[in-house]
Amino acid sequence: MRVLVVEDDPMLLDGLKVGLGLAGATCDVVSTCGDAEAALATSVFDAVVLDRMLPDGSGLDVLKRLRERGDRTPILLLTALDETSDRIDGLDAGADDYLGKPFDLDELAARIRAMVRRGAGRATPGLAWGEFTLDPATMTAAQGGKAVALSRREFAVLSALMERRGAIASRSEIEDRLYGWQEEIESNAVEVHVHHLRAKLGREAIETVRGLGYRMGGRS
Amino acid sequence: MRSLRVRLFATLIVATGALWFIAAAWIYVGARQEVEHVLDTRLQEAARMVASLVASGDMPARPKAGEPATSIPGLGGYERQLSCQIWSFDDRLVARSSGAPDEKLSDGGTGFSERVVNGEPWRVYAVEDEAKGIRVLVGDRLGLREKLVADLIKGLLWPAALILPLLGFLIWASVGQGLRPLRLIARELGGRDAEDMSPVDAGAMPSEIKPLTTAINGLFDKVERARRHEREVTAFAAHELRTPLAGLKTQAQIAATAKEPGVRDRALGQVLTAVDRASRLVTQLLALARLDAEAPASTPETAPLGSVIEEALELARATGPARVTLAPDVQRMCVQAPRQPLLLLLRNLFENAFEHSPPDGVVTCRVAGCAIEILDEGPGAPEAELPRLTQRFFRGSTKMATGEGAGLGLAIASAAAEQCGATLSFENRQDRTGLIARITFGQSLVAHNAAAA
Repeated sequence: MRVLVVEDDPMLLDGLKVGLGLAGATCDVVSTCGDAEAALATSVFDAVVLDRMLPDGSGLDVLKRLRERGDRTPILLLTALDETSDRIDGLDAGADDYLGKPFDLDELAARIRAMVRRGAGRATPGLAWGEFTLDPATMTAAQGGKAVALSRREFAVLSALMERRGAIASRSEIEDRLYGWQEEIESNAVEVHVHHLRAKLGREAIETVRGLGYRMGGRS
Repeated sequence: MRSLRVRLFATLIVATGALWFIAAAWIYVGARQEVEHVLDTRLQEAARMVASLVASGDMPARPKAGEPATSIPGLGGYERQLSCQIWSFDDRLVARSSGAPDEKLSDGGTGFSERVVNGEPWRVYAVEDEAKGIRVLVGDRLGLREKLVADLIKGLLWPAALILPLLGFLIWASVGQGLRPLRLIARELGGRDAEDMSPVDAGAMPSEIKPLTTAINGLFDKVERARRHEREVTAFAAHELRTPLAGLKTQAQIAATAKEPGVRDRALGQVLTAVDRASRLVTQLLALARLDAEAPASTPETAPLGSVIEEALELARATGPARVTLAPDVQRMCVQAPRQPLLLLLRNLFENAFEHSPPDGVVTCRVAGCAIEILDEGPGAPEAELPRLTQRFFRGSTKMATGEGAGLGLAIASAAAEQCGATLSFENRQDRTGLIARITFGQSLVAHNAAAA
């Protein structure tokens, strides 16, 4: 899950990056409206956490321009302006959720997961494909009801594939889910993680589509 | 008497009563004189009338001795007011009216006289008829006269006694009616909740109440403005505190949940930094609140500028490594200002200068005319931002990059300057990059010898 965090307070920005990382998200962080718009124009995110009061403008304007372009990325407004009227303004401007500062990190992560889930048109919190089930909230995976221990990256690769529900996910798409901009990507990282997943889940769990990418094996 | 209504009522009743009594007394005196005059005239006329009757009639002018005196039928009417006696010159009672006493009413002579007969005072008028040798005496009881006047006064006072309570009721009711606008205002204000500061409707009020409603509305306006200012500051402060608190909480949660020691230790370090930042922010907010609350210009003291600057530098030293140069004329000046705000002002300006100084930068403090200037060698500020530097929670674009500070230091300096009777302004240096903070004093910055003189 790749999340863009737009926040001007460096302490909070650092906390969000580390905290959401612990919850299984890959975070890209920016602190101005300008950087946020640039990031949203060039990359695809599963969700955006947006502060309202930014040094070079209002987060609401970023939100409005994004919606005007027809971008449907789920957006959560995270702000100290926490009056009911502020919430209404934010939601009516196109936000999917609203959270006032200070907030609970776990709640924020849960709200982001819920937004992403609804954005993908799912109602149940877990992902299921064949005998595999994933629970993004606890970051646990199970095969035929038995828990399988996965690393954070392995979990991210598996959930990226399961979200596609048998469609192909390209290597670069999976890489995007795994790494923020600031992180250095090892050239064969995705292959390594897929290799590890096959070792844990069985060779047929993930199919390689030569030249295109990967998809889940078998049927739902 | 606390109650306006009771006071008005008492005043009006006492005044009305007193007026009535004075009128009654006046009428009493006047009526008495008038009654005396009228009745005296009547006595006179009656006496002459009888005398002329005797003179023209066939009444025996000299009755035989021993013959009982002829009884003249009483003049009758109102309780036999008049009595008449006819005496011969040789002291025989010739005739008398019925009800007239036997005793002689007057001893002699003509004209008016007064005499006590049978224990009652009489007023008598005597007429002599030389030809017939008789004296006609006509008198009336003084008691009757008194009674007549008393009846008149009673007739005046009885209705007064009856009307006075009615009048009292009317006064009470109309005073109450007159005070109704006050009661309406009181009820309107009493029924309000604490938030309602809308003005009292003065349109329908009588002109006597208008100054009151105008004053109340003026007060409401002032209170409302003060409250709005306070609410704005509080809202802003709450907002500005929330973000650091959110950062603090997030880092604390990471520290609590992270399994890797490296992540945990880093988060704990961030928690400490966040606490320091939050406590600095709270200190600044308190300083600002104190400056807002204090009455302007609390007792100014005259102090040598050099020592004040050194004290401010002591307080500010911790924030920066930059060197400070004091121009020589600083030591020659004295400044007259309340001490605490002045220290707060200088300290915040120095801290700001240190924060923006490069590591080996020099902060200069000098005197220019009636102003103190603090110059740094930092990046300065965009011209457009210069007037906004003292706004609360305003962070300049250079400051935003670092994310440090809450944008309160210069706001505190500005508020403190106001308390010192000085104005604070900023401009960029012309000789190199850097900012000049200028504190302009009026008459309170003087040379040493001038202060001594």
